Amino acid sequence: MSAVVAARGLGKRYRRRWALRDCTLEIPAGRVTGLVGPNGAGKTTLLSLAVGLLAPTAGTIEVCGGRPAAGAAQLAKVGFVAQDTPTYAGLTVAEHVRLGAHLNPRWDDAAARRRIDRLGLDPRQKAGHLSGGQRAQLALTLGLAKRPELLVLDEPVASLDPLARREFLQVLMEAVAEDQISVLLSSHVVSDLERVCDHVVVLVDSQVRVAGDVEALLASHHRLTGPRREPRTLPADQHVVWDSHTDRQSTYVVRTDAPVLDPAWSVTPLGLEDLVLAYMEGVSPPAPASPTLEAIS
Amino acid sequence: MIWLSWRQFRMPLLVVSTLVVASCAWLAVTGPALARLARRNVDVYDLLTSTDKLLFNGGVVVLAVVPAVIGIFWGAPLVARELETGTYRLVWNQSVTRVRWLAVKLGFAVLATAVVVGILTAAVTWWAHPLDGAVGAQRGSLVSRLTPISFAMRGFVPVGYAVFALLLGTAIGLVVRRSLPAMALTLAVYVFVQIAVPLWIRPHLIPPTTATVTIAQKTLDGISADGSGPFQIMVRARHRGDWVLTNQTVDSRGRAAALPSWFTTCLPAPPGASGGADRAEVQSGRDRLDACFTRLTDEGYRQRLVYQSHRIFWRLQAAETALYLLAAAGLGAFSLWWTRSRLS
Repeated sequence: MSAVVAARGLGKRYRRRWALRDCTLEIPAGRVTGLVGPNGAGKTTLLSLAVGLLAPTAGTIEVCGGRPAAGAAQLAKVGFVAQDTPTYAGLTVAEHVRLGAHLNPRWDDAAARRRIDRLGLDPRQKAGHLSGGQRAQLALTLGLAKRPELLVLDEPVASLDPLARREFLQVLMEAVAEDQISVLLSSHVVSDLERVCDHVVVLVDSQVRVAGDVEALLASHHRLTGPRREPRTLPADQHVVWDSHTDRQSTYVVRTDAPVLDPAWSVTPLGLEDLVLAYMEGVSPPAPASPTLEAIS
Repeated sequence: MIWLSWRQFRMPLLVVSTLVVASCAWLAVTGPALARLARRNVDVYDLLTSTDKLLFNGGVVVLAVVPAVIGIFWGAPLVARELETGTYRLVWNQSVTRVRWLAVKLGFAVLATAVVVGILTAAVTWWAHPLDGAVGAQRGSLVSRLTPISFAMRGFVPVGYAVFALLLGTAIGLVVRRSLPAMALTLAVYVFVQIAVPLWIRPHLIPPTTATVTIAQKTLDGISADGSGPFQIMVRARHRGDWVLTNQTVDSRGRAAALPSWFTTCLPAPPGASGGADRAEVQSGRDRLDACFTRLTDEGYRQRLVYQSHRIFWRLQAAETALYLLAAAGLGAFSLWWTRSRLS
């Protein structure tokens, strides 16, 4: 399947400050993609551009084959759970479901009611009186019952306690398994994404540092520890992502498709969090988004 | 979308509707008695109780305030509140374009405004109809319906004001993006417009009539002197309900002129100024006044009246309503355009 989100030279400027600049990326369909990056990297801006809340200043973005928010049909294809999961404080849970039913042609009312029921939300409760976790669940329910092709979530769990986080992500994953939708969610907490994502995009300073399937990324990145060595003495096929040196010892995070054979190194695998952190902290110039890593077919 | 608009709007609508119904009920109870009173008596003014006068002026005040209140409490937060609380991010990602979202929201609010204000204005107009322009036999009067303040509270022009205020509030809320500052700004702009229009625009909406009147006792309305300044003559309008824009003395060449200097000394002392005013004294005063006016006329002085005839009341209502609705339509178009292309 083709890309569900394709951005080319995408940029967004607020007055004189660029919130996102020259961003090029593709997000494959049918995956759960995590968008990771430090605060201020442009994650929210990118997602807002993807759902059409913002219009790009430069470049283009295509979502589900169309320009974001170009019309009712395009809007129906993309669900969005915004940051801090806004809901109408004065409307009840049931009225939110009704709102969704009135405003979406593909609305799955039975599923929405079932989900509300299972979450234990009181339909007569005003949304303003819900806890943060319940509100997030309500917003997620609205996003899913719309039956979009792509569901975009902006920091959905950032303000939730650990238990609510786990519940939220669990509900999300179940729904994804049931409905076969593509998901794009952002977070600055990598451990959240590790559980749910099979594709990851690391965004630093509005640039894509690395993008790829989680499994492929983990298989191709290694931490090398050994006697001190200069970066330029490493084999050509080992791209340095991150390095750290003491007087005697060097530690590298490298990306390579070939196995590391040098017996001087002690090679350890990386977790997703370490890998992402290595890219975020990486002093080296941004690695080009290597086609070998992007499992886009 | 219609359901959501209704759901979000029903509380404010309920509050305002209740107030309107209550006002109408009160007017309906007191109105027929006034109408009977006016039918039987020419000098209805002298028969009015202070409550009646209070209600008459109260009606003027309420209708002056209602459009502003609608602009402030319905218009300004209409979109600003969604922007403020972030709910626009929820509603703009349902399968409804934001232009349609705003159009339906606005359509709903405009309809509600027009109906509510229309009913209230009709009720007040009907109630005040026998009293408009009532004049007491001795002193005191109620404003006629063409005078600037009263004109704005009669007929259907308040509907135009209210719709304009609503869309003004919406547009300001959109640009300012915060409810409270938008409300304050809406009030300020609306008040300015409501002062500017009767002052500078309404007199020229329909070309006024100009008349040249001979100054005489039967045309005289009053002679006044502001402080130490020269005397000024005012003549009566042709009809009690006319709206006089200019009432000035002109010389033989038709140019505005101050009264000649001899006029001050020509005038008789006001009756009763020298103590007991007997009939002969009053009569001699009148004769002297006649002589003064005759001399003025002989020297070519006339009084020029520029006025709007009482007959154009409904035409002027239509013209001004159209003006406000046109401005409101412009603001609505601006709001839709801003929502589509600037709010991102």
